[in-house]
Amino acid sequence: MNQITEDFEPQIVAFCCRYCAYAAADLAGSSRIQYPPNVKIVLLPCSGKVDELYLLKAFEAEADGVYVAGCLEGTCHFLTGNLRAKKRVQYVKSLLDEVGIGGERLEMYNLSSAEGQRFAEIAREMTERIRALGPSPLNQRKSKEGAIK
Amino acid sequence: MNFSGYGTVRNFSEMKGTELKESSEKTGAVLVVGGGIAGMQASLDLADSGFKVYLAEKSPFIGGKMTQLDKTFPTNDCATCILTPRMVDVAENKNIELLVYSEVEEIKGYGGNFDVKIRQKATYVDWSKCTGCEECVSKCPAKIDDEFNQGLGRTKAISLPFPQAVPKKVTIKREFCHFFLKGKCRVCEKVCQLGAIDFDDQDQIIERKVGAIILAPGYEVYDAHHSPEFGFGRYPNVVTSLQFERLLSAAGPTGGHVQRPSDSQKPKRIAFLQCVGSRDQDHGYCSSVCCMYATKEAILAKEHDPDVDVDIYIMDMRAFGKGYDDYYNRAVEEYGIRYIRCRPSAIKEIPQSKNLLIKYQEGREGLRTEEYDLAILSVGLGPGSSSLSLSQKLDLQLNEYGFYQSDPFQPLLSDKPGVYVCGVFTEPKDIPESVIQASGCAALAAGLLAEARGSLVLEKTYPPEKDVSAEEPRIGVFVCHCGSNIAGVVDVNQVAEYARSLPGVAYVETDLFTCAQDTVLEMREKIKEHNLNRIVVSACTPLTHAPLFQETMQEAGLNPYLFEMANIRNQCSWVHAREPEKATEKAKELVRMSVARAAHLEPLTKFPMPLNHDALVVGGGISGMTASLALADQGFEVYLVEREGRLGGIANRLHYVFENQDPGELVTSLARKVEEHPRIHLYLHTELKKFSGFVGNFRSILSRRTDDGAGEEIEVEHGAIIVATGGQEYLGPDYGYSRDVRILTQLELEEKIASNGSVLQGIKDVVMIQCVGSRTKVRPYCSRICCGEAVKNALRLKEINPEARIFVLYKDIRTYGFMEKYYTEAREKGVIFVRYDDEHLPEVIVAGGRFGPKSGSNEHQRETEKQAAPHTQDMAFSVGQPEPTGHSTAATMQGRGETSASEQYWDSLTVRFYEPILDEMLELHPDLLVLSTGVVPSEGYEELSRLLKAPITQDGFFLEAHVKLRPVDVAFEGIFLCGLSHYPKYIHESIAQAQAAAGRAATILSKKFLEVGGAIAEVDSEKCVACLTCVRVCPYYVPIINVEGVAQIDPAACQGCGICTAECPVRAISLRHYLDEQIIPKVESLLAGVV
Repeated sequence: MNQITEDFEPQIVAFCCRYCAYAAADLAGSSRIQYPPNVKIVLLPCSGKVDELYLLKAFEAEADGVYVAGCLEGTCHFLTGNLRAKKRVQYVKSLLDEVGIGGERLEMYNLSSAEGQRFAEIAREMTERIRALGPSPLNQRKSKEGAIK
Repeated sequence: MNFSGYGTVRNFSEMKGTELKESSEKTGAVLVVGGGIAGMQASLDLADSGFKVYLAEKSPFIGGKMTQLDKTFPTNDCATCILTPRMVDVAENKNIELLVYSEVEEIKGYGGNFDVKIRQKATYVDWSKCTGCEECVSKCPAKIDDEFNQGLGRTKAISLPFPQAVPKKVTIKREFCHFFLKGKCRVCEKVCQLGAIDFDDQDQIIERKVGAIILAPGYEVYDAHHSPEFGFGRYPNVVTSLQFERLLSAAGPTGGHVQRPSDSQKPKRIAFLQCVGSRDQDHGYCSSVCCMYATKEAILAKEHDPDVDVDIYIMDMRAFGKGYDDYYNRAVEEYGIRYIRCRPSAIKEIPQSKNLLIKYQEGREGLRTEEYDLAILSVGLGPGSSSLSLSQKLDLQLNEYGFYQSDPFQPLLSDKPGVYVCGVFTEPKDIPESVIQASGCAALAAGLLAEARGSLVLEKTYPPEKDVSAEEPRIGVFVCHCGSNIAGVVDVNQVAEYARSLPGVAYVETDLFTCAQDTVLEMREKIKEHNLNRIVVSACTPLTHAPLFQETMQEAGLNPYLFEMANIRNQCSWVHAREPEKATEKAKELVRMSVARAAHLEPLTKFPMPLNHDALVVGGGISGMTASLALADQGFEVYLVEREGRLGGIANRLHYVFENQDPGELVTSLARKVEEHPRIHLYLHTELKKFSGFVGNFRSILSRRTDDGAGEEIEVEHGAIIVATGGQEYLGPDYGYSRDVRILTQLELEEKIASNGSVLQGIKDVVMIQCVGSRTKVRPYCSRICCGEAVKNALRLKEINPEARIFVLYKDIRTYGFMEKYYTEAREKGVIFVRYDDEHLPEVIVAGGRFGPKSGSNEHQRETEKQAAPHTQDMAFSVGQPEPTGHSTAATMQGRGETSASEQYWDSLTVRFYEPILDEMLELHPDLLVLSTGVVPSEGYEELSRLLKAPITQDGFFLEAHVKLRPVDVAFEGIFLCGLSHYPKYIHESIAQAQAAAGRAATILSKKFLEVGGAIAEVDSEKCVACLTCVRVCPYYVPIINVEGVAQIDPAACQGCGICTAECPVRAISLRHYLDEQIIPKVESLLAGVV
């Protein structure tokens, strides 16, 4: 298990709202701020669109970590979407704890569209966290990859 | 010359009045001369607000100088990436007739009705047949210097100017063509399978009727051959900044490898020489952009090769725009670029190595010589090649430098009614300023021609949509190289190969630039040829590029919602540049995710929604009043809200500008027009209290303080809103401000000079300190106007008392553009300018202590300081130790403002500062200490930002949607910005931006309908249990329970956030385009297979 953890590259899904988080990711790009390639973005109109189902489906599909990124609190383009998202993330975290996947594999972040640097920091932070946690208990990918090798 | 001694302020409506008499019917078309970024912006704004546009451009392509740039400061946005979609928009716009390779031959008539003749030069190619395949180019035997690449590469006598050129058509340059020179060859004719070559082609004279003319003929860079001391043209390794731009460009002659011309080696030491063709005996003006572009090119050189050393020889670093100082600081701190404060007089070459020697002196160090592999001349901006002939045709006077210098209070008007001016034609300026002026010109032209709006435009129509609902997915994947932006890191071919293996994919191609016009056009054909029913573009960000491709799909009969982008540039190649293999793997994953979603996409339609055509303008200063008038003159009703009881804002405290006009008169004249205008509804003592709705249909509650103190609420509906809330003077306790009557701000000095200048006759010594509250740790931005203010006031003091000794302590003097002339005049009149830096801050000693800048380098903590009102601020010391002198502070305070300048002072005022040339600390005891205090946003900006959901920068200025190309738009549609609320700026800049905000708002307000629908929420009434969850959670109160007892969502009101869909306990609501079955497969596909 330890060996796997050492060269373990986590797969992380980031649900990003269009107005702040996705734009911040674009800005991180045009500012050429480097971050680990483990994060893959799914664009949503608002973080408030994030469904508990999506979060759970992502883990079911063997993601090692998931996060939702929306506008700063109080500045949601759709007023309250990011607060809704926060509640759902909290709820799913508790579910993940209950089933033994671990709530810390899921996180909610808030940032503005002008925060390219922050976007990269979040990506680094989450990658490091999940790397330290190791593969998700649902992750069968590692053994598959091992088999191919 | 028309640059000085203007008459009184001209009156828009008076001018319009006379024209109305001359012509009862106006022509709803505009001629725009110049197809650079300014001309393109003016054309798009007018075409989008109901006018026919003829865009005449002298070269065979549009885009102007920006096409030659690699990146743009201060965001390092790739110029091609942001410009290409604009060029395509212009070319595709049905209301813009593009007349390239064309020059104005003759203009007759008057505002409202001009007859113009345009000469379209012979290209010797039938453009209706040419596809831009360049077969002819490869066979043409006549090799010539490549003008686009500034002579660094070679091209042919028949050529395409550059790969992404719009229109993508070849042109024969007659002067180089073997057939025209020698009478034989005609190779191109033989190889062209389309028969497009036409050696008999003739110049055409095109006649058009227009109501207004916008001049945006642009500029030429200074010809460095005219400065022989730098060896340009003799020393191969001396290049111009525009040549270096081409060397940096991935699409340039060296494929983006920085090489020196003599031996194609990578340079290890690079020098930039600033002000070549600017700020010298022959060019008394500053070109305004060279400091920033040199900094950008230096940063890019460092990014190409981190080991390269870059020195910039510079007099003043003029980083006066939004975010510019931050960029400059990064150049120094992060990239280690060295700025040497010296203007070398010559460059010498070492003949053997072709290296270059520069001799310079900095400070007390004595003469030094540095050796470089490559020297770059930062050439200035000179008048455009057609500026003179154009101005002669219109009888316009150019200034001594060859620019059309307009009236500072009417910056976009020419002397000829109906003819508007913008861009570098009027003064050297950067891209955002040019774009602002262009939008402003569009507003003014639309004001003149308001009655003819819509009379000559065409509605855009698309071919009928193909019904793909019964078809299996046939996905076309277009993988973009983005020059080297993507392909430099990601293995694009591998990604394309992988895409071919994905389920549902029917066609895959790679493109150098998928957004290039020809590729976009070909995409239409590919859709038909391969019967594609879904498109995935694997390139950059959908936020900027999706509309372009979606439009193409519509033209090919595909519903635009059958589209998905994989952002393999911003989210991959740019951010994983050091891990090419992992980046390639990630690019494949992103494509896999997009293909998975695309397969499940469904077509959606939009429908027209009525909108409110009125505007709300917040702030009644010069900007707010100008914006209101520019909208009202176009026929829109305007609600103008001002918090104070008086119009004019901070301009009420200004008394003169360089050109001697009185801002007070401007305020009075604007206020009169605002008050008299039948379409402007003015609300004084009023603030915006509530704001809701969306573009086209906003609803605001205004709160007005009434005389009885009770206050009232007024509800206003409007389609757009303009923020013009202004700024204020920074009044911190820096340098002992408010502790001594002799310490004034520049505005206070201006008030004194204007009210009773004779009081100042006895003033002998004056010290001015620049950058007070600007360019500090707390407020890192440049306030832009303080250098000009100081020079302006210093000149006034010299007029009052020529014997006065005036010392200006500065970091950089930023008198950009034509203001440079006044800086020169001040020095000629004996004003002494002494440079200081953060290591040597001036110090002021007055009764009560020693003072430096409050937010100086000793203070790292970012604080939330209150504006220290004069007379009442607390006496906290910031720098240095308090050294009470025995005088009560109360006495000092009392004295302030109540004693006249002639009264006895009870203590000496001392300014200590470091003189870098003498290398000594000096002490002065001035009669006046004038603080050039910065500009800060007006109070309440945070609240307004929250109310409008319009983001602000960390300095508190409202953030534009794009710093270069959308400088007056806010990301949240329907909100526009102008004046000091955007950034500190001069009056003429505020006026232009206010007019621009009006022009941009008009593109919305002039529409008959807005299109709504598409990605909105929909209720499945079968599943709905009327639990009221959606009714409770919708932030816009859209869902209702209808008579059938189920939830109903009004499609016009739904904003498409999807909150209700995620909350609905029975999953009865779905958000179109973001259906569960479209999102979940995207997530699952990421992890579905090992690549």
